[in-house]
Amino acid sequence: MRTVRFLLDKEFRQIFRNKTLLIIILMVPVVQLTILPLAANYEVKNIHLTVVNHDNSHYAQRLITKITASGYFQLTTLERSFEEAFESIESDRSDLVLEIPRHFERNLVRENHQKLFVAVNAINGVKAGLGAAYLNAIVRDYNQEIRHSWFQTTGFSQPPAIDVIPSNWYNPNMRYQLFMVPGILAILVTMVGGYLTALNIVKEKETGTIEQINVTPIRKHHFILGKLIPFWILGLVTFTMGLLVGWLVYGVMPVGSIVLLYLFAAVYLLPVLGLGLLISTYTDTQQQAMFVSFFFVMIFILMSGLFTSIESMPGWAQIISRLNPVTYFIDVMRMVVLKGSGLRDILPHIGAVVLFGIFFNIWAIINYKKTS
Amino acid sequence: MEVVIQTDRLTKRFGDFTAVDEISFDVRRGEIFGFLGANGAGKTTAMRMLIGLSKPSSGKAAIAGFDVYRETEKIKKNIGYMSQKFSLYEDLTVMENIRFFGGIYGLSGKFLRDKSESLVEKLGLQSERKKLVRSIPLGWKQKLSFSVAVLHNPKIVFLDEPTGGVDPVTRRQFWDLIYAETLRGMTVFVTTHYMDEAEYCNRLSIMVDGKIKALGSPPHLRKEFAAASMNEVFFKLARDAERGGGLKP
Amino acid sequence: MSTASQQFLTFVRKEFAHVLRDRKTLLILFGLPVVQIIIFGFALTNEVKNSRILIVDNARDEISAEIISKLEASRYFDLERGQHTNQQIGQVFKEGKIKLAVVFPADFSGALLHFNYAPLQVIADASDPNSANTLTNYLANIVSDYQLEKFGGQKIPLQIGTEVRMLYNPQLKGAHNFVPGVMALVLMLVCVMMTAVSIVREKELGTMEILLVSPFRPELVILSKAVPYLILSLVNVTSILLLSVFVLDLPVKGSLFLLFAESTLFIITCLSLGLFISVRAQTQQTAMLISLMGMLLPTLLFSGFMFPIENMPKILQYFSNAVPAKWYYIIVKAIMIKGLGFPAIWRETLILLGITIFFLTVTLKNFKIRLT
Repeated sequence: MRTVRFLLDKEFRQIFRNKTLLIIILMVPVVQLTILPLAANYEVKNIHLTVVNHDNSHYAQRLITKITASGYFQLTTLERSFEEAFESIESDRSDLVLEIPRHFERNLVRENHQKLFVAVNAINGVKAGLGAAYLNAIVRDYNQEIRHSWFQTTGFSQPPAIDVIPSNWYNPNMRYQLFMVPGILAILVTMVGGYLTALNIVKEKETGTIEQINVTPIRKHHFILGKLIPFWILGLVTFTMGLLVGWLVYGVMPVGSIVLLYLFAAVYLLPVLGLGLLISTYTDTQQQAMFVSFFFVMIFILMSGLFTSIESMPGWAQIISRLNPVTYFIDVMRMVVLKGSGLRDILPHIGAVVLFGIFFNIWAIINYKKTS
Repeated sequence: MEVVIQTDRLTKRFGDFTAVDEISFDVRRGEIFGFLGANGAGKTTAMRMLIGLSKPSSGKAAIAGFDVYRETEKIKKNIGYMSQKFSLYEDLTVMENIRFFGGIYGLSGKFLRDKSESLVEKLGLQSERKKLVRSIPLGWKQKLSFSVAVLHNPKIVFLDEPTGGVDPVTRRQFWDLIYAETLRGMTVFVTTHYMDEAEYCNRLSIMVDGKIKALGSPPHLRKEFAAASMNEVFFKLARDAERGGGLKP
Repeated sequence: MSTASQQFLTFVRKEFAHVLRDRKTLLILFGLPVVQIIIFGFALTNEVKNSRILIVDNARDEISAEIISKLEASRYFDLERGQHTNQQIGQVFKEGKIKLAVVFPADFSGALLHFNYAPLQVIADASDPNSANTLTNYLANIVSDYQLEKFGGQKIPLQIGTEVRMLYNPQLKGAHNFVPGVMALVLMLVCVMMTAVSIVREKELGTMEILLVSPFRPELVILSKAVPYLILSLVNVTSILLLSVFVLDLPVKGSLFLLFAESTLFIITCLSLGLFISVRAQTQQTAMLISLMGMLLPTLLFSGFMFPIENMPKILQYFSNAVPAKWYYIIVKAIMIKGLGFPAIWRETLILLGITIFFLTVTLKNFKIRLT
């Protein structure tokens, strides 16, 4: 164990002496965590709407006013024909086109039903889906309104109405940042732990100092401990700073236990560091380690449920995301920070992460040979 | 005389390429044993097997009485190593490097501190002790690297091309350091492709194409090959060589 | 052939030799984009489906049963039934298993038929606001459709219907958005990483001095480093497009030639950015961490394929204009998905050109400074 102390002493001296590295490790997560959640926003507003209005009636005007008053849509243009409107979609000036047919009001009153035409730029499914959904909701609302006044004036009784009453728990203001900050923090901690471990060990391979180590009687697992511990600590430092930023900048106060968060983060770093270690055993140059780490981190980020939902993925993709440690960290972060989940709730997550930790680290230890 | 290195038809193959082909030799305690040969002849590969960095494909070898297949960790406790690249941590100071490697070899506390101090003094590096290794001249790096390799008083020290890139004066000073250690009973195993350094060795072997083509003391070999210098000895051997080049007279 | 171009070719040949010799990196460089496009093309979608929701049916009457079976039939929901109280619902949310709970009051049908009004409580786990919103909307739509169906017998006047047409991507397939998006992201990051290490590596190994002392013009030295990676990246673009067409069923609607031309420009832009990083960084580690940590998340977020840029605060919108991936994403969408030609994207092309020239100029200037 004494050798581990010497190793740690050396590692920390090297880390603290490397000013650029320190700046990157400390500043980059802070800056990114401060700025990125502002960008990560699925809130739908400012959908660019083009209206082609063939009917100058009162109903048509009221509908358009209602749509623009909703705040979701921004009326960019009023075109005279559908072809012109289509051009605006092609050039990305608008996302949605609403066409109100000729004699809309007259036909609606006379024949009791009319159709509006909507064309949506569906390349980005979110905008398209939500845009169409909101438009539908507004039209429905508007429909209720004119029907209601019709009932008032004619005196017929209204059909039964089921009133859907939504209530939003844990985030009543629907703040996106509360959702994103824990998730992005999880990614940043993963990067710090994983990248640094992999790059550091491979650097020793490149400079040849690892050979010098291998010739000494140092035990394999002491060496590995000496490498993992510093980056484990750095990972937790990043985590701490992230929590502070989340609190100071976004007002994110964990509802659940902070101790629990730290406990999980501490355990979570094990598979992350183990993977970094594993990568370093398979690569010979820092450049290779960089590309391999990049590959994994990309998959980790995009398959973690951070930006797109996991349940919507095909079966095989869901398996990948279940094998992704980051998925669990993001889950736990959201659960504990926003909902106040407790130890028992996240036990399965801890279990999964521990399993990954054992798997990666054992594989890496077996792979690391002092004698080739 | 105690035999500290013993090999019997030691071989290393990479696929169908045989880098080291059934070499057999002994090294006795207190000797300076030179392992000569051209670049690519197999010297470094052979050395790596002896110090436990590489597993032999076949043959036997024992270092300080320990088997290279099964007892590599015990071997490592008894040897020191200086690699071609000097393998010091460029971003640590002179003193930090000494203390680190000393600690790894089990030295500690006051003993380590004292040893480190005396080492720094001996090398004349007092004024440089707090300087980062990357900023000291090559010659000093070389001496430091050697000293770190023998800090823990190993039985044998393995030096891989230790004098590459330094001027002749520094080379001489370096060999003085080596002599000083052998006087204290240390065995030195050194690979080099400088033929004049061959004259500094008690005994040496010359590797050509993975095989040992000559083995003995310099006077002995000069007589055997009817040559006036080690240079000539080598030329006679290298004429038929298939691998390598770059021998320096 | 003039001496300058002869020199250039010599350098290019040397750089190619470096690149081709490093088998492991080659494997990653070719395999990475392929694997990622396949995974993300198939797995990523902005749709929300198969979400687990909880039904608390206190009514257990005909109407509640009909509504529940409609929900069951929808592919958006995976139903679970239970008799949970509000507190128990909270617990289930905390365990992260359920996203939404629907509570039917005890006298549902009765209230509807006698008072023409019944409330339906929908409790959403808004820690994920996007999910909460979308699911609540889906549910409201289904309930509203049900109402029209069930009580439509009594003639409901003034029915406004909407006919929605999804353009470019009628099935709302994720691939249409994510293939161009991931393409822009991966190409940019990989290209930057490739060149970011190139110059700084020579600095570290000490071989840079040799080059600088030689009579060769420094511009040639730098540019020669980019050439092999340009070729490599074009090969990657080809394989991505092949995959996209034959595996992901996403054809290239517009001109293939134009797409390749624009891709070449984009690749050069990113390689220049990498070169710039390489000239400024002191160590490989710094260059790598800048690319891996400094650029990964920002590029992902500011390219615009994950989150609409219009939703971001104005400052961030301006910032996103500096991210090359953002423009390339627009260009790829225009050519691949919309089938448009150069007139539609000349502005974006010009911007990319401008960014390229900027980075190349700054790189050369910085490189010259290092020389003196």
